[in-house]
Amino acid sequence: MRIDAQTSQKIAKTLIWTAALFVIVVLFSIIIYILIKGIPMISWQFLTEIPRNMGRSGGISSSIVGTLLVTAVAVIVATPFGIGTAIYLTEYTREGRVTRIIRFSAESLAGIPSIVYGLFGFIFFVIYLKMGWSILSGGLTMAIMILPTIIRTSEEAIRTVPNLYREVGFSLGATKWQAITKTVLPSALPGIVNGVILSIGRCVAETAAVMLTAGSTLRMPISLLSPTRTMAVHFYILAREGISMENAYGTAALLIILILLINVGFNMLVNRFVSKGR
Amino acid sequence: MKKFKENFSERVFLLLALSALSVLALITVFIFTKGIPLIAKVGVVNFIFGMKWSPSQGSYGIFPMIVGTISVTLGAAIIGIPIAICCSIFLAEFAPATLRNIFRPAIQLLAGIPSVVYGFWGVLFIVPMIRNYLGGPGLSILAGSIILAIMILPTIISITEVTILALPRHYKDGALALGLTHWQTIRHLLLPAAKSGIVAAIILGLGRAVGETMAVIMVVGNAVALPETILDPVRTMTTNIGIEMGYASGEHQQALFATGIVLFIIIMIMNATAQYITRKK
Repeated sequence: MRIDAQTSQKIAKTLIWTAALFVIVVLFSIIIYILIKGIPMISWQFLTEIPRNMGRSGGISSSIVGTLLVTAVAVIVATPFGIGTAIYLTEYTREGRVTRIIRFSAESLAGIPSIVYGLFGFIFFVIYLKMGWSILSGGLTMAIMILPTIIRTSEEAIRTVPNLYREVGFSLGATKWQAITKTVLPSALPGIVNGVILSIGRCVAETAAVMLTAGSTLRMPISLLSPTRTMAVHFYILAREGISMENAYGTAALLIILILLINVGFNMLVNRFVSKGR
Repeated sequence: MKKFKENFSERVFLLLALSALSVLALITVFIFTKGIPLIAKVGVVNFIFGMKWSPSQGSYGIFPMIVGTISVTLGAAIIGIPIAICCSIFLAEFAPATLRNIFRPAIQLLAGIPSVVYGFWGVLFIVPMIRNYLGGPGLSILAGSIILAIMILPTIISITEVTILALPRHYKDGALALGLTHWQTIRHLLLPAAKSGIVAAIILGLGRAVGETMAVIMVVGNAVALPETILDPVRTMTTNIGIEMGYASGEHQQALFATGIVLFIIIMIMNATAQYITRKK
């Protein structure tokens, strides 16, 4: 039996719509379930108290601080390298062997599993450089993980800056350095910021790599060399070892809220950037 | 002075640009130096095809974990790829503008959810459902496959959608003008034309499945044994590292780095293939 064109179009369209709706339903069921279970757990004490009794009671303040510090180290270290690479790729070379090697490296880094980053961070930062399990080790490991994202988004942003900008700069006697810092970077800034925001999201969500490099102490960190347990790791340990489902839900809900805020910020910036471009 | 500044800045940017390459080299060197001695001691064949993993007795065979990784990845591919392709066609061709504006950020959000949250959700919903309706312990290849299928969606969807949208507009116009239906145009024209991009997207997505750790740890049961059905628990290479790194030392720790080497090589081959396919176009 041959199905005629109109019928097969109908079948295909139904399947495609079903798949799309299915994905949306799954996404919302995950998010809404965690939020419904977790938001009631979030209170002022939950946010400001140190975990007590392995996390059975008390809050998660030390994990919040740890997450923020690891993320800050990662972003502060990775951003200059990422933007620098993007500037080199777009402004200083033409396509050739060097750019191919750099791109290949960046894309390969993007594909390496986080657990392998964890192994590397452990053997290199924790053991070899003697930083121990610490915010610094975790942050530097995350910096390497987010480097490819920052390179790619910055490169795309810089490429969208019209050549005219540079030419006007040069015709006014500007050096390349001046053209880059005074015209190219400012106009590429929204795109670059988007890349950084995406990377912040990845740092907050990461578990495997941080678990092997930043440790799992619940104490409040006192310096960048203190070990810490980030929120994602804390959630994992609470849920997996069945220590406290209430606090696990609360931590997960806080993570989801953070990720949502980061995404909303990202989209607002994209929209602003797009409408400004028109 | 100006000239000096120009040269200097170029050097600095080149140096920064070499960071990605140097880090990649560092990762390779450190992981290999730590893991190779054990592989040399056990023997490559015994390490990869060995059936017994028992660090306390000095046996290090990771074959059951390689089977575990392959089976959950295949399962994720079978469930995830059709859904992902449908979603990208939906985004690129069928979705009305309003829905597209909801769907695209939603997919991005899906990529942002921490993998531990997926794992947790799997433990709460997927695992009991499998246990109650299909039997077995619930913690299984099937549970891992379902969670991974969801997790690889954003990678495959976004790359495939970009590829379809990048096709020249006249392909579609010509086909529609010849009287083909929208679906015929997609199936016989757009999808074949986007084939290399879709294949690259699938490889990258499956690379994510092979490398995922935390979500998988929570739902696959982690038993080191050859599975007989998809309802059996397995341990993957990533979960082997994730579970045992916390307490391993000495030779045992080297064996986990050796597992990392195998994982690293598999991922690098997949990445290089995907990059090669995308470049060739």
